[in-house]
Amino acid sequence: MAVKTLTINDRLVSARESETILEAARDAGIHIPTLCHLEGLSDVGACRLCLVEIAGSHKLQPACVTKVAEGMEVKTDSEKLQKYRRMIIEMLFAEGNHVCSVCVANGNCELQDLAVEMGMDSVHLNYQFPQRTVDLSHDRFGIDHNRCVLCTRCVRVCDEIEGAHTWDVAGRGHNAHVITDLNQPWGTADSCTSCGKCMMACPTGAIFAQGTTVSEMTKERDKLEFINTARKNQEWIL
Amino acid sequence: MNKLKLATVWLGGCSGCHMSFLDLDEWLIDLATQVELVYSPIADIKEYPEGVDIVLVEGAVANEDNLELIKKVRDRSKILISFGDCAVTGNVTALRNPFGDPEPFLQRSYLEAADIQNQIPHEPGIVPALLEQVKPVHDVVEVDVYLPGCPSNANHIRAALEMLLMGEVPHLSGKLIRFG
Ligand code: SF4
Ligand code: SF4
Ligand code: SF4
Ligand code: FES
Repeated sequence: MAVKTLTINDRLVSARESETILEAARDAGIHIPTLCHLEGLSDVGACRLCLVEIAGSHKLQPACVTKVAEGMEVKTDSEKLQKYRRMIIEMLFAEGNHVCSVCVANGNCELQDLAVEMGMDSVHLNYQFPQRTVDLSHDRFGIDHNRCVLCTRCVRVCDEIEGAHTWDVAGRGHNAHVITDLNQPWGTADSCTSCGKCMMACPTGAIFAQGTTVSEMTKERDKLEFINTARKNQEWIL
Repeated sequence: MNKLKLATVWLGGCSGCHMSFLDLDEWLIDLATQVELVYSPIADIKEYPEGVDIVLVEGAVANEDNLELIKKVRDRSKILISFGDCAVTGNVTALRNPFGDPEPFLQRSYLEAADIQNQIPHEPGIVPALLEQVKPVHDVVEVDVYLPGCPSNANHIRAALEMLLMGEVPHLSGKLIRFG
């Protein structure tokens, strides 16, 4: 297994050649903010929050899908990147309808945490106030599209871990949204096994358990982690 | 030394942020020794005065009265604090925005959902007309300090005010700026 040596924020770091910058940074205890990345799922580079600077390239690269290379010089926390990340978070808040005070995930939301991390005390883009829907047709879960940030974690966890592939993304640009089966009410989507993995994976209050109210929705990410570890170590294969 | 002139203003909000301010309990007595309260929904003063040093503005800009008052407040105050999520983001007050025109909401609230005296309030000059869209305060006037939270936590209000009393304009971070 080839090992690559690179610097991250002027620190010498070694990583396996198959690793991404994000993995190498995390192994070295260097924090890079992420949103669409979820341990155990494939990476899609959708949210751009993990953008880093690489010496010799004037394009910013998403750390979650960029592989390490020998001699690479990476910066994860320049002023430019901080500005950029705050802008991304502001865009996410402005594009949806995030009313944290009445949200099931208030206090347990990755988007809300990221806003705090980026120092976002207010949003300076125009709020779009889009008209979006809520689907409560499923017996156990609901989805409020007003709070969806299109990270596709639900899509990937359902496909890659549960193997059901109930979720997909439909539409483009402002009209993009997640759908269940053939764009039908979730409660009528036959492929859904009601396993709840999408709810655990969803970083925001978009997917929630029926009957939860403000601030009650905690996402059990440790359950996903447990399943991932067991799969990786083949703990269930006797 | 002249006492700092403090004002608090109530626009389109539920008054919860003011309640949270009152939650500062005995610290309010300390505060009273350092500031003069020159305008507030808890004081009987009709006109927003000139020369205000610090103003806490609760609520979003939701109707024509709010719009007129916030402009006056900005003109007459040095440090304007956008106080609570309604002021900072529109929050609950702005829940009607995605639907556009406020008319369907008035109908729903005052006609369909009312049990008695079903009528939409209409008293020109007394009941202010709703704006087409509810706006956060900084969409209308310049804001100096953002103090989010629904309501803003009393200790956060105190932290911000203490900095201002020492002559600093606070730049808040961490849990002091968490929405919700
Ligand atoms: S999903 Fe997160 S950011 Fe959006 S309203 Fe809920 S708590 Fe706030
Ligand atoms: S529903 Fe949740 S997990 Fe799915 S795309 Fe939206 S925010 Fe991401
Ligand atoms: S931010 Fe919350 S507590 Fe403050 S006025 Fe608005 S709804 Fe009320
Ligand atoms: S975490 Fe890398 S692009 Fe979203």
